[in-house]
Amino acid sequence: MSLSLKSFLIILALLIGGCSQTADRALHVGNGTEPQGLDPHLVSGVPEHRILSTLFEGLVDLDPADLHVIPGVAESWDVSDDGTRYVFHLRENARWSNGDPITADDFVYTWQRMLTPSLGAEYAHMLHCIKNAKAFNEGAITDFSQVGVKALDARTLEVVLNNPTPYFLSMQAHSAWYPVHKPTIEKFGRMDERNTKWTRPGNLVGNGAYTLKRWVPNNVIEVVKNEQYWCAANVKLERIVFYPIDNQQTEERCFRTGMLQLTENVPLAKVPVYSAKQPDLISKDPYIGTYFYRINVTRPPLDDPRVRRALALALDRDAITHNVLTGGQQPARTYTVPDTGGYTCTGGIDYNVAEARRLLAEAGYPEGRGLRTIELLYNTSESHKLIAEAAQRIWKENLGISVSLVNQDWKVYLASQSALDYDISRASWIGDYLDPMSFLECFMSDNGNNRTGWASKEYDALIERATRTSDTGARHALFNQAEGLLLNEAPIVPVYHYTRVFLKSPRVKGWHSNLLGYISFKDLSLEEEVP
Amino acid sequence: MTRLIVRRLCEAVPVLFVIVTLVFFMVRLAPGGPFDTERKVSPEVLANLQAYYGLDQPLHVQYVRYLGQLLRGDLGPSFKNAGYSVNELIGLGIPVSLELGLYALIIALIIGITSGVIAALNQNTAHDYAPMVLSMAGICIPNFVIGPVLALIFSLWLGWLPVAGWEGPASKVLPSVTLGVAYAAYVSRLTRGGMLEVLSQDFIRTARAKGMSEARMVLRHALKGGLQPVISFLGPAAAGLLSGAFVVETIFQIPGLGRLFIQSAFNRDYTMIMGTVLFYAALILLFNLVVDVVQSRIDPRLRER
Repeated sequence: MSLSLKSFLIILALLIGGCSQTADRALHVGNGTEPQGLDPHLVSGVPEHRILSTLFEGLVDLDPADLHVIPGVAESWDVSDDGTRYVFHLRENARWSNGDPITADDFVYTWQRMLTPSLGAEYAHMLHCIKNAKAFNEGAITDFSQVGVKALDARTLEVVLNNPTPYFLSMQAHSAWYPVHKPTIEKFGRMDERNTKWTRPGNLVGNGAYTLKRWVPNNVIEVVKNEQYWCAANVKLERIVFYPIDNQQTEERCFRTGMLQLTENVPLAKVPVYSAKQPDLISKDPYIGTYFYRINVTRPPLDDPRVRRALALALDRDAITHNVLTGGQQPARTYTVPDTGGYTCTGGIDYNVAEARRLLAEAGYPEGRGLRTIELLYNTSESHKLIAEAAQRIWKENLGISVSLVNQDWKVYLASQSALDYDISRASWIGDYLDPMSFLECFMSDNGNNRTGWASKEYDALIERATRTSDTGARHALFNQAEGLLLNEAPIVPVYHYTRVFLKSPRVKGWHSNLLGYISFKDLSLEEEVP
Repeated sequence: MTRLIVRRLCEAVPVLFVIVTLVFFMVRLAPGGPFDTERKVSPEVLANLQAYYGLDQPLHVQYVRYLGQLLRGDLGPSFKNAGYSVNELIGLGIPVSLELGLYALIIALIIGITSGVIAALNQNTAHDYAPMVLSMAGICIPNFVIGPVLALIFSLWLGWLPVAGWEGPASKVLPSVTLGVAYAAYVSRLTRGGMLEVLSQDFIRTARAKGMSEARMVLRHALKGGLQPVISFLGPAAAGLLSGAFVVETIFQIPGLGRLFIQSAFNRDYTMIMGTVLFYAALILLFNLVVDVVQSRIDPRLRER
């Protein structure tokens, strides 16, 4: 009886399960959260960028192996000697997915849209390196012809910059610069309208290696090969399916059953298990991001740089990366990730408890005596909690400082940070492009991402000078000086440099790890499944 | 009966109005706004964004505007999911949530009533204790434990059912069971209690004395009264199955309303919070009404009230 019941169940499972087990050669990707949208001008996150990079292509692209700039829509470009004027020559065979040719005017229109104040594009600031772009974006001028972008002819685009910007080309690979198709935008609304239907499947016209086939919010986004793409012959994957799986455990289970070939994350507790048992499945790629603690310099006793520096020196980062994280993360001696665009800060913070104790005593708190309890704020997350607990214990042991932990939900935490309503707060910064500027401009006095209350005229001046310098060596020297100052004054305590820890099926071929976490989907292929 | 329905529907309007008003102001009191991000948006962009969504207006103006929109049946654009309106997103979530809730309810009723009746008929024997211990376990073990355990057994070890998703009948088994089990436990205990009460009454003794078969007696006479507590539980249960499916939706990656609702609260997606709360409130009012109607149909004593 029980045997026949079992066989009945097996047959039933085969019958109903069989429907969904079609043999296809599509890549299935866990992609974190549901994207905010698919309008390249209105999104800011990594999951969005990943999908958009399949649907659109900028003037240039990045080689996923070493992140050097390679031609995209532009087949070549000329740069003036002073580094402020670029002339891009567009490919003759560059087409939109509906077959229209891509013209220089498309880029002029695109960047005008991005910079139009009423659109409220969050990433418009990335374009501020273009002459007069900031003034137009802030409404100071309204005539777009004054902005330094001009179509010299259908296939030649001229861009004039304010300053020599060495990262201008590599920045083009960011989704904020992707071109949009004017007739499509205007068919579904005004140029500056946010919630139109132009990004829906069937409506969206892009210029990437793939086109949008299906989008069911909170469920799935599917893209298929775009035959109009100029390099379509070399695109190997026919289909890519993105799933917005925000639960890491669910994502990991999906990977284990073969439903996904690529995940966004690995649950913290599973990292050591995969590392030990199936190291071929887990990837730990270096990533251009730093996890750090902000210190509110407006609150005593943290207004004393000696106290802040003591905290920075006494934090045992090795213990945190080795015992808490285990995902191959590097202890952070500096704020900027080493070798960001060829730059590495020389004056990092070392682990030096004796010096930390001396500074604390000098500030009037020998062995932490007389120092009030310091609050450490973090947003709700298991790993932030574990790291905060480790820091709490380390600071207690090394300096005798009592730290209390405060946990807030994401939006409350952001509001507390902005209002400087904290003592020490967890923070992180992911670079947008491969240049130290992406990190270091955050701590200029008037930058909205500073959020520590720290302001240094000397620091501001160094960064300003670096923006106007075109010589790489001189620029990096200025950055080095600025970062040295930042670390010495310690409005922040770097903790570790990120790694991107994820699961990848050995069937995925053509993969390159890189610092930006950039996945060039058009170079990937999927090996046949071994039965 | 019609009067009861009309009266209850009329009463629902002020209730919904109060809910809309409370939620409208409460979400705006919560710290943090829809456009706060890790990467600070420049003040100019923020001002433009707020102007675009009308958040630059004084609160009372926003409120009156929102009510106007609501009367036209427009719940506004989602702040988080640019390109989709709240109406559309809720519209996409409803069929999924209703389907999941319905399957879970069916599972809960089948398991719950069967085990409850068996327990009641065999009071204080092993056939009573076993289902009751199990149902206590069902109530105590949260679905974020049951879900992953079921997924581990039936997807990862046996490979019988998909581990996540909501496409095809196979993918719907595990989530429906996970969601239904806790409710089955409640239904089972309520059925047992209701049945025990009815079984001790005179008309049952009469029926037995007249030689009526046990099965006929249970099905024709006892269940009608014995299920009263279950029926009054159905209203809140149905509402709970729909609004409380967040955990199951997350574990099994199901695009239902529960995830929309929770995520919108985290994102301070004001229009989406309003939309989902309003929808749930209307649904709960409706379910309660349906339960009252059904109950008064079954139990003549309630009809006079």
